[in-house]
Amino acid sequence: MISFITQLFLGKIVRYISQTRPDIFNRMEAHTDKVFLIDPVNLPLVLILKPQKENPSLTACPRHKILKYDARISGTFLTLLKMIDGQLDGDALFFTRDLTIEGDTEAVVCLRNALDDVDGSVVEDVATLFPLLGTPTLSFLRNIKN
Amino acid sequence: MHPKKIIPPELVCPAGTPASLRAAVDAGADAVYCGFQNATNARNFPGLNFTFEELQNSIAYAHNHGTKVLLAANTFPPAGKTDLWKQAIDNAVCLGIDAIIVADIGVAVYAQNKYPDQRLHLSVQAGAPSIEAIKYYCEEFNIKRVVLPRILTIPEIKQIKEEIPCEIECFIFGNHGLMAEGRCSLTNYTTGLSTNMDGVCSPASHVKYEEDENKNLTTKLGEFTIDQFSCSQNPGYPTICKGRYLVPHRQDAYYAFEEPISLNLANLLPDLIEAGVHALKIEGRQRSRAYIKAVVSSWRSAIDDVLEGKPPHISDLLALTEGNKQTEGAYASKRWR
Amino acid sequence: MTAELTLGPILFHWPADKKRDFYFQIADESPVDTVYIGEVICSKRSPFFESYYEEIAERLQKSGKKVVFSSLAEVMIPRERKMTEGLCSVETCNIEIEANDSAALYHLRGMPHRIGSFLNVYNEDTMEFLVSKGAKHFTLPPELPSSVLKILAQKARALDVTIEVQVYGRVGLALSARCYHARSHNRVKDNCQFVCEQDPDGMTLNTINGTPFLSINGIQTLSYHCLSLLNELDDMKKMGIQAFRISPHNHDMVKTSSLYRDVLDKTISPKEALVKLKKTGLQIPFSNGFYHGTDGYRWIKSA
Repeated sequence: MISFITQLFLGKIVRYISQTRPDIFNRMEAHTDKVFLIDPVNLPLVLILKPQKENPSLTACPRHKILKYDARISGTFLTLLKMIDGQLDGDALFFTRDLTIEGDTEAVVCLRNALDDVDGSVVEDVATLFPLLGTPTLSFLRNIKN
Repeated sequence: MHPKKIIPPELVCPAGTPASLRAAVDAGADAVYCGFQNATNARNFPGLNFTFEELQNSIAYAHNHGTKVLLAANTFPPAGKTDLWKQAIDNAVCLGIDAIIVADIGVAVYAQNKYPDQRLHLSVQAGAPSIEAIKYYCEEFNIKRVVLPRILTIPEIKQIKEEIPCEIECFIFGNHGLMAEGRCSLTNYTTGLSTNMDGVCSPASHVKYEEDENKNLTTKLGEFTIDQFSCSQNPGYPTICKGRYLVPHRQDAYYAFEEPISLNLANLLPDLIEAGVHALKIEGRQRSRAYIKAVVSSWRSAIDDVLEGKPPHISDLLALTEGNKQTEGAYASKRWR
Repeated sequence: MTAELTLGPILFHWPADKKRDFYFQIADESPVDTVYIGEVICSKRSPFFESYYEEIAERLQKSGKKVVFSSLAEVMIPRERKMTEGLCSVETCNIEIEANDSAALYHLRGMPHRIGSFLNVYNEDTMEFLVSKGAKHFTLPPELPSSVLKILAQKARALDVTIEVQVYGRVGLALSARCYHARSHNRVKDNCQFVCEQDPDGMTLNTINGTPFLSINGIQTLSYHCLSLLNELDDMKKMGIQAFRISPHNHDMVKTSSLYRDVLDKTISPKEALVKLKKTGLQIPFSNGFYHGTDGYRWIKSA
């Protein structure tokens, strides 16, 4: 069972990104209706991203649940987070098999390019966004920056 | 004895997004090249490239930091669609672009006639590897700089430099394409999308990765299998000229053109500078800003080392290269051919 | 106006005697109107046939065929630059030059010449510029779809020049500085020992799962499939395209060219000609995808 708090947390992140970085969705062009399964392989859950311009959503699902998706992106949680944060290069991660892609390759490439056009750090923003998060979480997120 | 006077070469860096452009500028690029979000450039990839407004803001950012911005308008407009390319030229000139990189003769004619003062560079896509070919473009279209294909040795580059009336730009790092640029229809043959007309090479829309239960990865372009990798092998992107194929006289599949490998001329940098190359180009507009930041800053400090008479220190960029392998390709030896 | 049938340059490395005999047979028996001669792929192959050109050009001209000399498609090293300069400065009466690289364009400015399919003529503006420099005839790149051919044919008429399109044979898809024939035999270009002679129609590359995909001819990569635009000839004639190119292969080119002549003259149907074409020797599937604006290897059935 994914906690209600987790879902709220994810929802807030994606809404925050869509409000502060609307360009991401402009770059998604023909792929805003696609369903992305983001699979942090070392966690018990997977994430479903629907980057619809007006109503984007990011939800967590238990790993065992059978889900429909257009594209799946898998890697360790830290790898995925660092890539989204612009610290690691997606192509290089693919070349070393730290990142696996399945399904609609074009949608994945498009998402990657869209997320990459973000100045600063999404992770940093999220850390600031949740001042009430416990100190361990915050310091974990900030450590990723180093 | 005085050391031979060396001209500081311009470090020319790629940018696929405004964020990448700022990363390149901040990391010490002398010039950044980019393209509009359409078929007018050879990296017409999903989610990549610049709108008019993005380019406007990016040029302002770059110019504030003393960095030039070049527009790649280096594909070949098919008859009936030339307006898109003309508009790209008009827009770039209107935004105060520092140079336009062209390949098509028709595009060059348009730019030169309408904007005689606009600086034009000849793209590698124009396929001009000889003195005569380069002189042809210089004399007919007032080209100020030629981007040389990655097929020449350093002595050959030196020879060319002495006989042509324009500057020379050479690739130093990044993807190592094997086919003569601007003369390859392999992608169109396989996917129906043309490298020259649509600005794509192995488009992601036709790429499939298939992993089996043993983690063997098959890469496909359209209907054709380009390569297969066991779980311990480093995969490459399914580019046709980096695939593995079978021929009757060899037992196993082999890299018929080239293996997944990247160009890295780090060790030849002093020779290139000594040869008088005016600009050193990093490939990779399709790569992330993490790549841009790492690669540009590394080359910036290496070039500065050489200019100060020190041996260049290049930090390890192997982790960013395709197949995790690198080569000096044709630059080091004719035996590459 | 009658449509012109042409025979493109031999792309593959055939023994000199075989080439000579081939051209003699074409001179005597083939209905082609124009024959392109000259080595376009590899400058190393060139010396083998050097001494035969005069003889075959004369023989072809005597049988009423126009002879055109095609220049190298990739000019890079001094030998290739010299070859190209030599060819372009030759005072050859009755022999036009077809330029396949911009090094040849450099030398041919101001003289009447032809533009080969290895040069990138994709649009009206490029065509117009090249015409202003002396180009009279264009063989267009094989990847152009019919929609583009149509506009270029109109432009050519306005500029009073002619257009040619390849209608038979494997399609050239890429060039490289590296020799892939030599590479497949673990050699390099400088030490190739002319292994490409073993494959008179090119060396087939199969994918890992055994699907034939491409063919290798030295530094050139061609399609595995064999282009056939028999069904499309009539369309192209209507567009105003005047010349149609057969690219030579190692099977009965007299019969192949006769079939195309018959279809152009409407003495047999394209359908009948295709059935007969399949029996002439080349055991590879046909393609026409580029013309129809889709993947080049595909075969689009005519309506």
